[in-house]
Amino acid sequence: MATTFAAAIRDGLATALAADPNVICFGLGTDDPKGVFGTTLDLHKQFGPERVFDMPTSEAAMTGFAIGAALNGMRPVMTHQRLDFALLSLDQLVNNAAKWRFMFGGKRGVPITIRMIIGRGWGQGPTHSQSLQSWFAHIPGLKVVMPTTAEDAKGLLLGAIFDDDPVIFLEHRWLHNMQGEVPAGDVRTPLGKARVVRQGDAVTIVAMSYMTVEALHAVDHLVAQGIACELIDLRIIRPLDWPTVITSVQKTGRLLALDSGHLTGGVAGEIVARIATDHFASLKSAPQRLAAPDVPEATSPALTKNYHVRAEHIAQAVGRILGRDVETASLVAQRTFPHDVPGTWFSGPF
Amino acid sequence: MNPETSRRLLFDMLRIRSVEETIAARYGEQKMRCPTHLSVGQEAVAAAAGAVLRPTDLAVSGHRAHAHYLAKGGSLKAMIAEIYGKVTGCARGKGGSMHLVDESVGFMGSTAIVGGTVPVGVGLSYPMKLNKTGQISCVFLGDAVPETGVFFESVNFAVVKRLPVLFLCENNGYSVYSPLSVRQPPGRKLSELVAGFGLETHHGDGNDARAVVAALSEGVAAIRAGEGPRFYEFETYRWREHCGPNYDNDIGYRAVAEFEAWKQRDPVPALQRALITEGIMTEADVADMQAEIDAEIGEAFAFAESSPFPPPEDAFTDVYASAAG
Ligand SMILES: Cc1ncc(C[n+]2csc(CCOP(=O)(O)OP(=O)(O)O)c2C)c(N)n1
Ligand SMILES: [Mg+2]
Repeated sequence: MATTFAAAIRDGLATALAADPNVICFGLGTDDPKGVFGTTLDLHKQFGPERVFDMPTSEAAMTGFAIGAALNGMRPVMTHQRLDFALLSLDQLVNNAAKWRFMFGGKRGVPITIRMIIGRGWGQGPTHSQSLQSWFAHIPGLKVVMPTTAEDAKGLLLGAIFDDDPVIFLEHRWLHNMQGEVPAGDVRTPLGKARVVRQGDAVTIVAMSYMTVEALHAVDHLVAQGIACELIDLRIIRPLDWPTVITSVQKTGRLLALDSGHLTGGVAGEIVARIATDHFASLKSAPQRLAAPDVPEATSPALTKNYHVRAEHIAQAVGRILGRDVETASLVAQRTFPHDVPGTWFSGPF
Repeated sequence: MNPETSRRLLFDMLRIRSVEETIAARYGEQKMRCPTHLSVGQEAVAAAAGAVLRPTDLAVSGHRAHAHYLAKGGSLKAMIAEIYGKVTGCARGKGGSMHLVDESVGFMGSTAIVGGTVPVGVGLSYPMKLNKTGQISCVFLGDAVPETGVFFESVNFAVVKRLPVLFLCENNGYSVYSPLSVRQPPGRKLSELVAGFGLETHHGDGNDARAVVAALSEGVAAIRAGEGPRFYEFETYRWREHCGPNYDNDIGYRAVAEFEAWKQRDPVPALQRALITEGIMTEADVADMQAEIDAEIGEAFAFAESSPFPPPEDAFTDVYASAAG
């Protein structure tokens, strides 16, 4: 059935809550009339207020609470309406959740899922727009999931909830309204494999989350110019599916890694580094990356115009890698709505 | 209270109300492109704080800060331009509605993460104490803030060091759509909870502007005299939706009757009626005030609309003190 990404998240949560009485779901606004952009809407009515509940603005403590509940048999799912709010809970995530299995000699893991929503554009500004997947991916013991499609939103969320380790589940706000086919039932996607979205032999493009959408526009646009790129949607940032990336680079000999986070210290840099150090012989040209610049996202629409990586930038980078001119003007012309919104469905404020 | 203070109080409240209502009326034009939290219904506490604090006192606030910024004396033009994302905005368009600043009047900044400026406000007060400057630091906060760990850690340290901090809580009963009942146990008063840390606390009606001024005057004098921090909690009510320009009583998180009851207790006409009854002002004086305010707001919006956007290269500045980062 075709649904939105947000509805698919809700479907995944409802499926998990129905499948296992140990699943609980909480976070600010979880049971309110907006239900976290519809992703938790009315779940408390179906599963009761003991399993689906609101919380005080106590992100740090409530993360530790989730860890404790998980150590005692539950599978908590905690939601933050913005990743930026979850920063208050870093100590619990990094020092407790990520380390528990290791520091007690493998006795017990922490099966928590922490949903964080990444904002962008329309005035989200410096503290409501951060895409910090690289921070979490840097921490041994955490898993990091970034779905792109509605199908993956459900499947990977179920995979995350029933995974035995702590999972940071990052949802890009600009994906919430995207439509896709979503299978019914308890469809748990294991946190293992990337997805090859388009096959090609010119350049391997590695993307995640909303970057995959921009990349898809670029890749499909370039086909008419005789350029067939291979597009990989990582889906899971840690553990990263290196075999899929390596196999593709061995075929194309060229790499363009995309990142919704900042350039310095980002996931794209890690991919470029790994390929350059371990698979140099496969490369026909220097691997490249495109990421958000090393400055915070400003609030004014005038300052976000050329901030994010868009389809035209990706197409141009492919052209540079191949040493040929590519046409992008018609690609830009297809966008009929302002640069700071994902489509006409979004008119603020969150 | 002297008549001049009463008039200023009413002026500030009318001004805040009119600014917020104008933003609400024009928000749909999609030129103010940033999350915006309006203070309609909550004007009294902000205006009272503005009346009690000195320009040299410092203040910080959170996401719902328009009223605090304006009451402290922040430039209206710079605030509206900031919400429009213009280079003439108080943060040159980088911050938007949730990140206001006007250092010239001691408004040191408002930020969007709940509780984020509470310890900053405590830090601001430390040099005041060490250098015996006679200033105080005012931390504006909502009722969700005494749920954050950083709030309690900050209050504790302020008490330990007897710092000149006014913690000023506007309790409007809600955090977004969540009533206090899902965040605090039944019967809990925030002021009593905080009193456990060993500081003077006060609880009062946040819609009675002159009562707020009276309470704060006494408290601020004590803080200034070196008696340490105090916590003031005033009950009030947000009329419009948590974020954005509309009314949202229809979505079902609060009773229309509750909203109507608070609206009956609208702090702005209440003060206006009292001042007229007491002969401090006439209807004509109020009309003059409103005309002055409307003219200023018209000018501020015209200024914001006609101001340029920041140049594109501004997106990459201000990250570090020097350009090399
Ligand atoms: C750490 C953190 N968690 C969650 C949020 C989302 N949020 C924005 S405003 C708000 C409500 C705050 O309520 P309150 O302090 O009572 O202020 P009010 O909005 O009522 O003025 C919340 C939870 C946030 N900004 N920061
Ligand atoms: Mg509140």
